[in-house]
Parts: sequence; structure tokens; C-alpha cells
Amino acid sequence: MKLKTFPGGLHPPDNKQWSAHKPIETCALPEELTIQLAQHIGAPAEACVQKGERVKRGQVVGQAKGFVSVPVHASSSGEVVAVEPRPHPSGRRLPAVVIRPDGEDAWIEDLTAADPHSLAPDALRERIRAAGVVGLGGATFPTHVKLSPPEGKKIDTLIVNGVECEPYLSADHRLMLEEPERVLDGIAILQRALGVARALIGIEANKPDAIALMRKICAGSAIEVVPLQVKYPQGAEKQLILALTGREVPSGGLPMDVGVVVQNVGTAAAVADAVRRGQPLIERIATVAGPGIKEPKNLRVRVGTPLAHLVTCCGGLSGEPAKIIMGGPMMGAAQLGLDVPVTRGTSGLLLFREQDLPLRLESPCIRCGRCVRVCPARIVPTAIAACGRRDLIEEAADLGAMDCIECGCCTYTCPAAIPLVQAIRQAKGAILAQRRKI
Amino acid sequence: MLAAVLSLGGIGLTAAVALGFAAKKFAVEVDPRELALLEVLSGANCGACGYPGCAAYAKAVAKGEAAASLCPTGGQATIEQIAHIMGVAAVAAEPQVAVVLCQGDSARAKAKYHYLGLHDCNAAQKIADGPKECPGGCLGLGTCARVCPFGAIEMTAQGLAVISREKCTGCRKCVAACPRQVIAMTPLGATVHVLCNSHDKGAVARKYCQLACIACHICVKTAPGAYVVENNLARALYPNPKEAVAAVGKCPTKCIRDFSDGYPEGSTFAPPVVKAADA
Repeated sequence: MKLKTFPGGLHPPDNKQWSAHKPIETCALPEELTIQLAQHIGAPAEACVQKGERVKRGQVVGQAKGFVSVPVHASSSGEVVAVEPRPHPSGRRLPAVVIRPDGEDAWIEDLTAADPHSLAPDALRERIRAAGVVGLGGATFPTHVKLSPPEGKKIDTLIVNGVECEPYLSADHRLMLEEPERVLDGIAILQRALGVARALIGIEANKPDAIALMRKICAGSAIEVVPLQVKYPQGAEKQLILALTGREVPSGGLPMDVGVVVQNVGTAAAVADAVRRGQPLIERIATVAGPGIKEPKNLRVRVGTPLAHLVTCCGGLSGEPAKIIMGGPMMGAAQLGLDVPVTRGTSGLLLFREQDLPLRLESPCIRCGRCVRVCPARIVPTAIAACGRRDLIEEAADLGAMDCIECGCCTYTCPAAIPLVQAIRQAKGAILAQRRKI
Repeated sequence: MLAAVLSLGGIGLTAAVALGFAAKKFAVEVDPRELALLEVLSGANCGACGYPGCAAYAKAVAKGEAAASLCPTGGQATIEQIAHIMGVAAVAAEPQVAVVLCQGDSARAKAKYHYLGLHDCNAAQKIADGPKECPGGCLGLGTCARVCPFGAIEMTAQGLAVISREKCTGCRKCVAACPRQVIAMTPLGATVHVLCNSHDKGAVARKYCQLACIACHICVKTAPGAYVVENNLARALYPNPKEAVAAVGKCPTKCIRDFSDGYPEGSTFAPPVVKAADA
């Protein structure tokens, strides 16, 4: 049978063989935890603890500011040693709460367990918000916002994203294999919060063991497990919706415009913890891989752990790192150093040495059309990028620059090594700035 | 043959009469001064006057809506011509030139990371606040040089923008394009400048740039009244008092430059012809 998918995309070497078979290990507590206050899309949290204060594991250290915002929590017990700007994955120094763990790792006392089936959808959303649950696929959009569709938007399908199409990463894969019940429990809660009966789990066909296991435990329920063609960016929200339901999210629209909400498998597991035990999101599973690391692993890491500590847990570096990427190689962000901490959105840490990086110098566009062929958003990257470079903002908008999902397929495939995504992003920034002005 | 000549000639004649009549009857009155003004303006359409191009500025001046002194690109000569056409007194405008307040090229200032991407300062600035350790220094990707309508900006081989004092007309396009506000408008007569834009403390700035101002106050002590130090950065006062030159050789990091001695290292511009200082 032909597997479901979307038009466009490509298949870079997935390089998952280094970590996909390795069980999740728990990363030891570091000497210092740097809890960044901006760990989600939306308004950063505001610090509510002071230097010298003692905090417990799971205690709120940053209050949410606004609806599209979530609180952040201490990921271990200890003393607050600083509230100051610290290196952030964005490359800037942003306000953070620095905690020196006391080693006791004592939970805060007032965590309350609850039975999800006795709670109303509003109460479920509030518990999810209070636990600071955000999209763990990497975009870190607050989950409670996605679960609050505005009046008049009818949601009929929940899609659970177990695709993990980024090369190297295997965190979601391991989660589905090792803790499928947690994922399933989360899905049931999400279904209840949204009031939908239909749920689909999309998994790329390169994880046959996860597909088989999820199918086995979902047997007899309304949840359908759908294997998908191995192609990047199969796990992108809009592409996943198109592949699974045949519905296309309109330009400028959201999944809820076609009656769908998409949540990552990791998010589902975090939702289960938040609702069942009141446990905030203070740890996640991240893949540490790449040729620059001695022993690639899947780690359960506390939020705030410095990347250097992850490297130590994986046997150290196998050479001077020339490129450090947080997330996957296609959409992840290059980091300035290993002093940056893990945030809720850290799905992986990839290390590359000088010799692993292809040196591709930019040359003029040869009009081969490869970027057009692979673009999953079905726009013309080369034309938009050209407009972006020349500050032709209206023309870029007319060519659909805002529909770009920044998946990186065009840049990856470009034989002339043109930084297409960066140029399109430049155009998008200019378009947004212009719209704000008007 | 004759019929053809007559008919074509007839059509031509009728059309000529009609056109001639229309030209008189529906003529659009153009202020002759507007046309004269357009002649004297540079035609660069740089927008420095605040109007969308030279024609729009000429129209505004002719209507009496704009001052005669707004075009910086032609210098005093143009302003006088405009004033002559409009029959008003010419206002003496101090010519302004743009100066890049930085000498930290790639050989002297430390890079934060190896940047591979769009050759554009605004794009690079968005990635971790730019590839230079210094938060204020010239990024050297030439965005200013590309927007300059007068070809007055060159990029040195080591990646530093240098602005020609002869070619710069003071249109401010580069000032608007620079993401780091490292380009300042200064009076042409002032040739002494503190070429640094880092507000970090001396010890920090010294670590990432050999030519950074470390706010040691030696310039202020050597030439009081010619410099001020604000927020860890010295600044030359304009117009330069005569004493300003005295501090040039005294600066321990050599970040004060007298442009009459020449442009920053790496520039191919010939040292400027020294103009009489105003002070």
C-alpha cells in the first residue's frame, strides 16, 4: 500500500542509527541549573523568586505574563544563586533564574493528583497551563492556547505527531517505545479537553517498532495509528494535516481553521503528567548525537541543564566542535557555545566537527528549479529570496513569502548554496514590520 | 497618388490643428521655477530632503512648501542656486558627512562566530545580535555601501566600511540602513573623531577589539572641552575645537583619528584635502 504523504519535500540521510536503538538514560543533575524565563513562544515569564531564596523541585520561579505565556518551574530543589541575563539558545543573554541544586531533589509539597475523567475541559486546560506545558516538538507554543479554540471553530480531529522527521533525532521514537501508556493517557486527556472523538497518530514508516507497539496498545480504541512516508518535513504541522486528513490549512490560517489540532507525542506525555499528578514540565527527552560526540544517547534531561553537561553524560567530545545545533539539523538553531542551557524546546543537541561540515560557497542561481520542486509550501523559494535580498517587500508578499514554513528543504537542495531560507526569513520580517506600521 | 497625398495630408493637418488647440486649451500650468529647480538638483533621488525624489522636492520648493536648504547632496552651491531661483536669501548650511565610528575590522576585532549566510548586515544582525563580539562595531558586510547612491562608501579587504569625505553628500541613506547605528553625521569641517561605538566597559571592550575606546579619559584631560566621555565611550565634540588634534597621538588604543592625516587602515581613498577647520 502506498503510504500517505504531502507534495514536495525530500529525504536527507536520516542518521538515526546512532541513537534510535539506545534506551532513554537519565542525565545526572548538573552543578548549576539555568532556568530561562523565555522558553516558549509568547510573552516571557517574569521571575518571582530572588537571589538567596530556597526553591523546591517543581516550584514556580517565573510567572506567566498574559494568555499566550506559561509559568516556568525549578527543575530541582536548591538555592537561587542569581536572577540575571544568561546565555539563551537564541544567542542573546536573556533573564534567567540560576539554581544551585542541593542534591535532595525534593518535590514541592502542594502537587495535587487528579482524575482527568472527572475534570471539566476548562479545569484540564488550567492544569496544563499551570504546569507550563508547551509544544515539545520544538516550536514551544503554549499547549493550553492550542486547546482553546475560539467560538465558532469546531474541532473534529486531534492529530498526534510522532513523525520525528528531523535527521539524527530519536527522542520521540524512544518515548513511544518505552512509555506508550503515558502518551496514550495524554491523548485521552487532550481528546477530552477538545471534545473530539477522532484521534490520529502519525508516525514515519522508518519506525516500524513504534508503529507496531502504538497499534497494539491503541487496539480497540478510537485512536488510529497511521504510518507515513519517510520524507522531510513530514512532521511539519500543515504537511502532517494534509497527509493524514487531506485538508489544506488556508494561507495565513491555523490548523483549527480546518478543524484540526496537532500535538506532539512528547507534549501528550507532558499533558498526562500535568493533569494526573500536577507535575510541571521540568524535564524532557532529548537526543544527543552527531559525529562530534563520543557516545550518542537519548537522555532524560532537566530543563536548565547546561549543554556541556549533556556532552559529559555522553562520553565527551570526539573533537573540537565547529557547529553546535540545538534541535534537528534542518530547523535547529546553531549555538554560540556549550554554556547554553536546555529549555523546554530542546529536542536534541547535535555536534559537528570541522571535517564533518561541507564547505559550500554561494554562487549565482542556475535556475534549476530544485527548490521549487521540494518546497512543501508550494511557493517559489528562489524568487522570494531574490525579492528579499532586494527589499522588494510587496513583491515577496505577493509571491507567498508568509506561507514559508522555514523547513530548509530549499537551502538543503540548492546546488548553488544560496541561503534561501535566510533570505525568505528576511523578507518575512520586513513584511511583518510593514504590516505593524500600517 | 494625388488622392493619397491629399488624404494623408488632410488627416495630418486636421490632427495638427486639433493637437495645437488641445495643447493651448488643456495646457497644464507648470511653474517655470519648478523646471529650473529640477535642473539644479542632483537627480540622485536619494530622499535626503525628506521628499520622494528630486522632482517632488522641486515641486514643494516651487510651491513654497519646502525650505530652499534641504538638499544636502549638492552642497552650498546648490542651495545658493535654489535660493536664487526662488529669490530668497541663501541659508548657509554646514555641509555634513557620514563617518563610520569604528576601526575594528576582522584583523582587529574578535568575531563571535563564523558567519555564513546572506551578505547583508541586517540579516547577520538578526543571528545572535551579529557575528562580532563588539555590540556596536561595523559588521563589514557592506549594506551601507550598497545603498549609497553616490558610491562614497568602500569596504576594506578586512571588512570595514570607510566613507569618502569628498564623495559623501550627507544624504543619510547609510545611517538609515545600518543595523548598528555605527554611522554618524558630522560637520565636514570636523576631521577629528573617536572611531569607536562600544559602550562596554574598558576591560570588556579591550578583550574583543584592539582599537576600542576604553574610556580612560586621557583625551578629555589632554584637550578639555574637545571630548566628553559618556557611558564608557569618548566622543569628539563638533565642530572640533583646535585642541582636539592634541589628543590624537595620546590615545592609548589609537581610536581617535584625524581624517586629515588619512583614512583608517585598509582604505584605498587618498587622504582628504584638508579644509579649514571652523573653530
